[in-house]
Amino acid sequence: MIAIRNLSHRIGGAPILTDVTLDLPKDGITAIIGPNGAGKSTLMGLMARLLPIQEGKVEVDGLCVTRTRTDLLAKRLAIVTQRVGVASRLRVGDLVGFGRWPHHHGRPRPEDHEAVERALEAFDLVELRDRFLDELSGGQNQRAFIAMGLAQETDWLLLDEPLNNLDMYHARALMARIHALSRAGGRSVVMVVHDINYAAAWADHVVALKDGRLADQGAPRDVLTAPKLSELFGMEIGVEEINGRPTVLHHA
Amino acid sequence: MSRPLLLTCLALLGLVAASILVGAASMSPVQLLSDPEGLKLLLLSRLPRTAAAMLSGASMAVAGVIMQLLVRNRFVEPGTTGTVEAAMLGLLAVTMLAPGVPILGKMGISAGAALIGMAGFLALIRRLPPEEPLMVPLVGIIYSGIIGAGTTFIAYQADLLQYLGTWMNGEFSGVLAGRYELLWLAGLVAGLAYLFADRFTIAGLGETASIGLGLNYVQTLWIGMITVSVVTAMVVVTVGAVPFVGLVVPNIVARIMGDNLRASLPVMAGMGAGLVLASDVLGRIIRFPYEIPAGTIFGAVGAAVFLWLLLGPKPRAR
Repeated sequence: MIAIRNLSHRIGGAPILTDVTLDLPKDGITAIIGPNGAGKSTLMGLMARLLPIQEGKVEVDGLCVTRTRTDLLAKRLAIVTQRVGVASRLRVGDLVGFGRWPHHHGRPRPEDHEAVERALEAFDLVELRDRFLDELSGGQNQRAFIAMGLAQETDWLLLDEPLNNLDMYHARALMARIHALSRAGGRSVVMVVHDINYAAAWADHVVALKDGRLADQGAPRDVLTAPKLSELFGMEIGVEEINGRPTVLHHA
Repeated sequence: MSRPLLLTCLALLGLVAASILVGAASMSPVQLLSDPEGLKLLLLSRLPRTAAAMLSGASMAVAGVIMQLLVRNRFVEPGTTGTVEAAMLGLLAVTMLAPGVPILGKMGISAGAALIGMAGFLALIRRLPPEEPLMVPLVGIIYSGIIGAGTTFIAYQADLLQYLGTWMNGEFSGVLAGRYELLWLAGLVAGLAYLFADRFTIAGLGETASIGLGLNYVQTLWIGMITVSVVTAMVVVTVGAVPFVGLVVPNIVARIMGDNLRASLPVMAGMGAGLVLASDVLGRIIRFPYEIPAGTIFGAVGAAVFLWLLLGPKPRAR
């Protein structure tokens, strides 16, 4: 479980998160949704100790993220963020290999190579393994970084907008892969998603943020309702049930 | 051994032979080894000079790539971001205020100044928008220009301008046994950087990715900055910085081999050594028996290569 207690965060005086208290259940997929500027990425960054916690507390399976050594946390929790700036000129295989670095610190063992192979295969990257990152498309790049996070083989995998840049085929493949992991692999996944329908289709738990506050949380069926979503995003949103799952009609 | 490394080593062997044989006093290989005068020339001048060129080239190439990974920008090196200028300012200060300090002390103060100069640059570029990568080298050039102008003014006032010239433009004709050995230390420091190759590569992925992988990012940053500062100061103090080495060599090697330092760092060191040595040998030949400083030759060729890197064809997938 990731336990978040009274978490508040300000950037340059502006409140980004205000008094968020939340338990993210172990096992399964948790989707974090909310409009732009709701504080989703900041919440992820604080959970993964990418940002210093100003107020409040986060514990990952009982480990306080501010007090636990960063190299130990890297064996419990992996995060893939949205990237800005120039890409490194690493080969895809090497990048995914660095996902094992927290476990071997420079001396890869056979099981590390196996984990890299699994991650490459899972994301259709075997044929791209010798290509340089800066010569790939945005979506291929994205998959390589997610594969690196996957190769880390941690109990928790945090993905900040992993579907960005991905085409339908790879977006669905990614969700199916994550879903399988969360079932058979016993891994817990927390992800920021913009397309609500992916949350509706795959998530076990949905957390809604608005203006830095917790707006709602619960099972997709309970959170993804027309009145709640319309309120959350400030627009008329219809929700239909298709094949037993809520389907959000927000395009028109 | 990878193919690029093998080729680099072979080229280095040839260049070392050339460097030992070419010089104002013409000596045959036999004379160099058998004649007492020849042996003296070999041990006191030719070998030290060859070693000095190689050590400074290798360590500056290593310093350049470390800086590029820490800054996450391909177009920086100590000479274009104020580190060399700060090292000179420190050296100038100690020359003026405490001229009696032994060379190692001077080097230490110069390295300290270089470290402060580099920290200032890093603090400055943190404020730049990450989606504008060309701002970084531009700010670096302005920043180094400001420190350089201050240093020049002080040197002018103190009538020490000629020193600046020797510190800024690498030149190996004055290298004799006993006067360059500090460079072995620079080479050693650059060699130690190899132990941190993975860490620097990960740091090159950015701060968030580094933390995610459990890297102690701040510590890595400091190790890199200290390496760059010490190497820069030692090269400036002994032979003078060779401009563009730290820029051109890592860029060429990264095009072919990428940014995984564990594989590319030895090639970068070898190519840095080879290119500076080649410049020095060329400098001895072009106006024989007079000499052109290696820094001048490398600066001219390096600037052209750098322009090509900026404007030339983008590297393609294999």
